[in-house]
Amino acid sequence: MAKRIDISDLSIYYGAFKAVEDVTMSVPPRSVTAFIGPSGCGKSTVLRTLNRMHEVIPGARVEGKVLLDGQDLYGSGVDPVAVRRTIGMVFQRPNPFPTMTIRDNVVAGLRLNGVRDKKRLDEITEQSLRGANLWNEVKDRLDKPGAGLSGGQQQRLCIARAIAVSPEVLLMDEPCSALDPISTLAIEDLINDLKTRFTIVIVTHNMQQAARVSDQTAFFNLAATGKPGKLVEMDSTSTIFNNPSLKATEDYISGRFG
Amino acid sequence: MSTVADVLAGADAAPVDLTGRSGTRALRDGLARVLMWTAFAVAVVPLVWILWTVAAEGGRLLIHSTWWTNSQVGVTARRVGGGATHAIQGTLLQAGVTALISVPIGVLTAVYLVEYGRGRVARLVSFMVGILTGVPSIVAGLFIYAVFMTTFGMQRAAIFVCLALTLLMIPTIVRSTEEMLKLVPNDLREASYALGVPKWKTISAVVLPTAFSGIVTGILLGLARIMGETAPLLILGPYTKAITANLFGGNMATLPTMINQDRDQAVTMPAYDRVWAAALTLILLILVLNLLGRVIGPRSKV
Ligand SMILES: Nc1ncnc2c1ncn2[C@@H]1O[C@H](COP(=O)(O)OP(=O)(O)OP(=O)(O)O)[C@@H](O)[C@H]1O
Ligand SMILES: [Mg+2]
Repeated sequence: MAKRIDISDLSIYYGAFKAVEDVTMSVPPRSVTAFIGPSGCGKSTVLRTLNRMHEVIPGARVEGKVLLDGQDLYGSGVDPVAVRRTIGMVFQRPNPFPTMTIRDNVVAGLRLNGVRDKKRLDEITEQSLRGANLWNEVKDRLDKPGAGLSGGQQQRLCIARAIAVSPEVLLMDEPCSALDPISTLAIEDLINDLKTRFTIVIVTHNMQQAARVSDQTAFFNLAATGKPGKLVEMDSTSTIFNNPSLKATEDYISGRFG
Repeated sequence: MSTVADVLAGADAAPVDLTGRSGTRALRDGLARVLMWTAFAVAVVPLVWILWTVAAEGGRLLIHSTWWTNSQVGVTARRVGGGATHAIQGTLLQAGVTALISVPIGVLTAVYLVEYGRGRVARLVSFMVGILTGVPSIVAGLFIYAVFMTTFGMQRAAIFVCLALTLLMIPTIVRSTEEMLKLVPNDLREASYALGVPKWKTISAVVLPTAFSGIVTGILLGLARIMGETAPLLILGPYTKAITANLFGGNMATLPTMINQDRDQAVTMPAYDRVWAAALTLILLILVLNLLGRVIGPRSKV
């Protein structure tokens, strides 16, 4: 498990609007990569191209290459559904399926893809909930609706749901932005655990969080509104935070932005 | 008298008056209130009146068990007795068959329009549904008559009533289902895609269950509406006094045609009472469906 991602010359469009231009970067396996940058610079957009979620939006398209262990995700004959099975995603707002119980939410990805073996599903439920640090809180109410949990618990449920399909890569788009500091710490701890098994890419607006959880950091920026966003600088997190090579990066990190 | 200097110095710091309500505003408020309650009364009084009259005139027969178990076979206009089973059963049967035909078509059309429809075809379909929504029921009845009786020379039968009602029911189902599907947050679809679930499976296992109770409510309300339709019945579904379940031949009674059958009887005739009772029965059936819809509605997950 865990694979590397190599992005080259990636430009991303919404219809005629070029949202992101010429991104080239590498994400090593079993590491956490943080995307930081001002609002609207295209962090979510880049993240969503990594598991082909971008094309769900009408008119959206992509130029360039995204390689997963050398295999082009946008090559001809690649099935986006298969890509998404390999590269999981956690969203900014917790979005458990409202009609399903906690248990069913966790194994939704498996059950909807035809896994019926009850014993195996139960095993994976426990394993994933433990992995998401939620097992102890919900083990007595697995058959209650997932929507009945607190926001932080729901987000961990969504993480459990994402890791239950055992992906190679986990993409997280501001997973803590709707959470309190304690749930945030719980999720950061979780990310630290998960990186031994998964390649993780996380978008965050929280500098401390990026500094705490990530191994490398990519700073995105855009020249002006309406202009495409670009990758400005990418390096190990300690370099980006202590000794960035560009002034723009330093300004953003130290809060002297704009 | 306070001077500017006083005010600035805070010498005249009288508290702001929060109690006074301006006269014209109170007047306008009162006027709006009166108007609103009048409008409400104008709408409700006839409704209550109708319900009251129907219940008072028709209630007597409904409490006899024979009303629910017997048909009108052998009962003439001048004789008391008999029941409405034949008509109740016909109404329910035709409504059920209509739902059986129109629910799949309507729901699938809505799924297409909301989840797949892009460009010209979708716009055309949506436009057609819009046109169908505006078709008067008698036109639907005449259309079926023109196709099957006039063109193909077939005999009238209950199934053709169902087809005409289907024409009326499909657009209401499409519209209500569309609304419910649009209420399902896109987040849920994306969450499902992100798990590697294909689109069709996402729709069938995530989107439709989430919107389920809303869709059912829409169907029940649509059903309640077509159960009271009379025009297509008058054209396509002649009345009979006997119980029959044959959709494909012969006459089948329904509550609207039962009402229509004896509606011009003299007030002294026993049949006259049965008209009221049939009307009350129909109202009750529709009420039950409506209530069922209201009960299921709030259970919606969206
Ligand atoms: N569905 C969409 N249709 C059209 N344009 C979009 C869409 N989603 C995003 N954009 C545009 O693409 C650009 C990048 O948006 P994106 O959501 O990737 O920014 P972001 O860096 O994630 O911002 P934030 O930090 O606020 O989440 C923005 O200019 C945005 O307006
Ligand atoms: Mg974003």
